Amino acid sequence: MSLSRSVAPLAAGAASRRSHSGRLQAWLPKLVLAPSIAISLLFVYGFMLWTFILSLTNSRMLPSYEFVGFAQYARLMANDRWWVASTNLVVFGGLFVAICLALGLLLAILLDQRIRQEGALRTIYLYPMALSFIVTGVVWKWLLNPGLGIQAMVRSWGFENFRFDWLVNPDTAVYTLVIAAVWQASGFVMALFLAGLRGIDDSILKAAQLDGASLPRIYWRVVIPCLRPVVFSAVMILSHIAIKSFDLVVALTGGGPGYASDLPATFMYAHAFTRAQIGLGSASAMLMLGGVLAILIPYLYSELRNRRHG
Amino acid sequence: MYPFNISFSKTALVLATTAAASMAYASAQAAEVEVLHWWTSGGEARAANVLKELMEAEGYGWEDFAVAGGGGETAMTVLKSRAMSGNPPSAAQIKGPEIQEWGELGLLGELDEVAEAEGWDALLPTTVADVMRHNGSYVAVPVNVHRVNWLWANPEVLAAAGVEMPTTLDELFVAGEAIREAGYIPLAHGGQAWQDATVFESVLLASGGTEFYQRALVELDEEALGSAQMIEALETFKRLRELMDDDMSGRDWNIATSMVINGDAGMQLMGDWAKGEFTAAELTAGEEYLCAAAPGTQDAFTFNIDSLAMFRVEGVEREAQQALARLVLEPTFQEAFNLAKGSIPARPDLDMSEFDTCAQQSLEDFQRTAEEGGLVPSMAHGMAVRADVQGAIFDVVTNYFNSRDMPAEEAARRMVNAAQAAL
Repeated sequence: MSLSRSVAPLAAGAASRRSHSGRLQAWLPKLVLAPSIAISLLFVYGFMLWTFILSLTNSRMLPSYEFVGFAQYARLMANDRWWVASTNLVVFGGLFVAICLALGLLLAILLDQRIRQEGALRTIYLYPMALSFIVTGVVWKWLLNPGLGIQAMVRSWGFENFRFDWLVNPDTAVYTLVIAAVWQASGFVMALFLAGLRGIDDSILKAAQLDGASLPRIYWRVVIPCLRPVVFSAVMILSHIAIKSFDLVVALTGGGPGYASDLPATFMYAHAFTRAQIGLGSASAMLMLGGVLAILIPYLYSELRNRRHG
Repeated sequence: MYPFNISFSKTALVLATTAAASMAYASAQAAEVEVLHWWTSGGEARAANVLKELMEAEGYGWEDFAVAGGGGETAMTVLKSRAMSGNPPSAAQIKGPEIQEWGELGLLGELDEVAEAEGWDALLPTTVADVMRHNGSYVAVPVNVHRVNWLWANPEVLAAAGVEMPTTLDELFVAGEAIREAGYIPLAHGGQAWQDATVFESVLLASGGTEFYQRALVELDEEALGSAQMIEALETFKRLRELMDDDMSGRDWNIATSMVINGDAGMQLMGDWAKGEFTAAELTAGEEYLCAAAPGTQDAFTFNIDSLAMFRVEGVEREAQQALARLVLEPTFQEAFNLAKGSIPARPDLDMSEFDTCAQQSLEDFQRTAEEGGLVPSMAHGMAVRADVQGAIFDVVTNYFNSRDMPAEEAARRMVNAAQAAL
């Protein structure tokens, strides 16, 4: 380029202007993205790294850098409450994802029968998603309170022996989280499935009908297999919600009775921020990250593999 | 603006008494203190404002750094980030053993000159002064004293059940049964970990006595934590559950207090901040609501002291900080603040005629127990042990209280583990 500039200044001027703008065009996206990449590198990955470093130290009230190896993880493993929280996450996450999927699919199939007022019904089911988990939590806290909500209402109708005290029973409190979370998220899953159902080619269904397949059989063998990608994204989104659940627990049960409905997120918050155990809190945060990655990595892997095949 | 005038004239008095020194300060330079606190609810904010006016009357600036959020968790998070960035406020609302933790980090400045000039050693009960000192130097100044071991009651409910205010644990159970038979909830309670712990420490104090309380919950003596006395206290504590209603899980303490106020429940075991609720409902102490030491703890006083810890600062800010420390313990502020907050002054030598009967009894017991040795720090309110140990004990207490089948022996064993894990 320097050669052409010295030989033919005029033409070179035009060319270099073009190549400048060309270079700018090539660099512009990178330039524009650079700040956000830098920010996310620092504030997401940088802090992940920092949390990991803290989890290896004996930090208590303030971060310290006295390394103690994996002692915090060992303490975590010996902590009763952590195991309660982890078990709860498995119970809550499993039931939440499964029930949301089943209910969402059922609602979507029912809505897909070309019924009247479909738009209005769809909105009604989708609306809970517009609320924050705090609102959901508080509302269900009142509904499930035995002296105030459903139990009191049914008893006032004359069924004196009716019992629905899951919220105040340590063995069942975690299921109340499932109820509230399912109420909130199943409409959203329904919307996902509905979009998926609308995307299925009608001719496939017609072909199946011509072959004499019954309606349940069509759904079971044709429609639902077609929805596999939707199921996959729904599972991803729902399991994220489950692992990160914090506000719902705080509003609905406060982790109680006792700490019977604690989840890892509330455990982490309690230890890192109110009990001056930043080291232990960081260790639990790292294990939560591990949980998220355990779900995310297989997902990314299968996504990428599919693309290569496609 | 009427209240302002009152405190202003009181301020003039204070100014007169400490004339020379403060005038010198005032004329020097408008130094500022920045105070981090979470006195943000109505009465508390008014109480904190008194201090601001006192400071301004002496010519110091006051930069308010109020961070809302009940237990001060948010405020503590803010404080930590400020301290880590090397820019702590001049003073912050820190209490109990946390003062020691901040002191160990070398971040607190000493107040020995003020303490000596004002005679804090003679003024404050030793137990209280010990909390305020780090390595023998004063680093914090007490603002008020809350008593935790109180029993509150609705006299109408007690009358309907035909019982008197219980004075022992046995009487409490008998009275509770009578109240239940009369159709009321005997004991109002909220199922939150700290409330469970508040009730537990009162029961432990009643059944084991102050010496045992001191060994178990303050010194974390493993022998005491696993002893038969502890198991007995745990079992009595669990029995109290029978006096509570089924819907208490997660209930806030002030809702529980309002159950007593409304006459749904007979009694509540709670610290004296509950008085704020009774006062707000315009009830008179001793007539429309009753207060007494938690059953069996007449000779003990579990204290929960709010204090301002002073950070290490330089130059004029330090002068202002010292003035702040002095003003906090002076009668004007102690009286105004504690009338607004429902607690009692941290110095036992004040005239209490303006306070209600519950506060007067509280102060009397405070003085008496300070002399006789029944004055103990509250574990449930972060006065006795570090936050992590406290959390671990909370876990055991609340889990045992809510569990249907955990034996008391198991809870005592876990208590020992909790104390060991903290070392």
